[in-house]
Amino acid sequence: MSLVSLRLQKEIKMDTPAVDSQRVDRNRPLIRISDFDFSYGDKQALFDINMDIAEHKVTAFIGPSGCGKSTLLRCLNRMNDLIESARINRGKVEVNGVDIYDERVDATELRKRIGMVFQKSNPFPKSIYENVIYGLRIQGIKKKSQLDETVERCLKGAALWEEVKDRLDTSGLSLSGGQQQRLCIARAMAVGPEVLLMDEPCSALDPVATAKIEELIHELKNDYTIVIVTHNMQQAARVSDQTAFFYMGNLIEMNATDQIFMSPDKEQTEAYISGRFG
Amino acid sequence: MERYFHEELEAVRSHLMEMGERAVESANLALRALEQRDLDIADSVIEGDDIIDAIETRIDEEVARYISLRAPVAKDLRLLFVAVKASHDLERVGDEATSIAKRTKKILASNETYRGLGRVPDMCELAISMLKEALLSFIQEEEDIAHQIIRRDKEVDALNRENFKEFVELMKDDPSKVDVYAEMIFISKSFERIADHAKNISEEVYFLLTSQSLKQVIKEETKS
Repeated sequence: MSLVSLRLQKEIKMDTPAVDSQRVDRNRPLIRISDFDFSYGDKQALFDINMDIAEHKVTAFIGPSGCGKSTLLRCLNRMNDLIESARINRGKVEVNGVDIYDERVDATELRKRIGMVFQKSNPFPKSIYENVIYGLRIQGIKKKSQLDETVERCLKGAALWEEVKDRLDTSGLSLSGGQQQRLCIARAMAVGPEVLLMDEPCSALDPVATAKIEELIHELKNDYTIVIVTHNMQQAARVSDQTAFFYMGNLIEMNATDQIFMSPDKEQTEAYISGRFG
Repeated sequence: MERYFHEELEAVRSHLMEMGERAVESANLALRALEQRDLDIADSVIEGDDIIDAIETRIDEEVARYISLRAPVAKDLRLLFVAVKASHDLERVGDEATSIAKRTKKILASNETYRGLGRVPDMCELAISMLKEALLSFIQEEEDIAHQIIRRDKEVDALNRENFKEFVELMKDDPSKVDVYAEMIFISKSFERIADHAKNISEEVYFLLTSQSLKQVIKEETKS
């Protein structure tokens, strides 16, 4: 493990997933994005993005398709590193003051700290139990009591325990769509992240399953900082504390969600949230 | 399935109830100030109106926020419309009570004596009971209570007409008391307006509970 990843690990408190909510400064920016330009090859996807993402809050990214919201989300845990043409032209992304694009930062370590839940649930073709502890197995953890404890804690945290506790050895693929998505959230939680990135986590779910995920997000912010990309503006309004509106790679407006949906500052934001364009 | 934000609807409901209790109290105190010729009570009614106004503003803000953020439908949406309309009615009840208190102060300041209050206390009692029952129909979600209130508004209207005649006669008997009895006519009208607001609230509650217009329902009942 590199020195920087150790430093990063120390900076973002990797061993303390269950944070004492009484001691959390809920206005402190955990993530700071500064003067950030990003391209796929010759095509610039993000222009001069500046934003602070507060700790233990839910931040929603909204905007029409192609506006750059998912691109920015994927920049927060360096998922775009996996795309060959992806390039940061300018600026930086800091987590707890550490520039995550510093060449000495270990991207795999970073992704443990900043987990991701995707649009389509993607459980592995393994048992529910093995799905949850997959990350720990890769880390070489074998102690059964630790694994059992993690499975129960994370499934409870993902509001899935009561539904699956008697069938942990059945396949994760046997669960309903909503349950699979909660299983993926439990799997992301198992490696002890501080941040959960969610890329349209409810787009493939029915309204009841969506409501359960939204309830879960509301609960999870006590322990995690959450950034969610959604096309569903009502969902952004319901679940988030702050909302960022993007258009054509630009951050048009970011503010408290109440402010964005009741009285946005920018005309473009108002036109988008009231369905007049996009 | 109860959602975490449903408690925000409960807050709206609870603020509407608080506003209703304060409006009832204001109307009661306004009558007491008149009956007991008590300036302090009249002043307390006038001062209390600011609190009622502030609750209305708060309800408006809560409703605007809920509609903007929670995309309410069906009964939740009707509750929010009713909260805005009923809180406006309750704010007007507070204004009428304040108007009664100000007119009482004018009467007391003139040092004029007067012969009784006509049927004003009866009107007040009836109007307040209508208001209380409208709020009860809201709390208990009983549309029948709301339905019954409507008919009693006519009794209040009749009492107001009776007062008007009586106070006009008293003016004729003693023209030096015209100012006092003119104030009494306005006070009587204010209680009649309070009953109108109680009727409005009962119609609003009926709509909340049944999705139907109570006026329309009564029209249909009268036809058959």
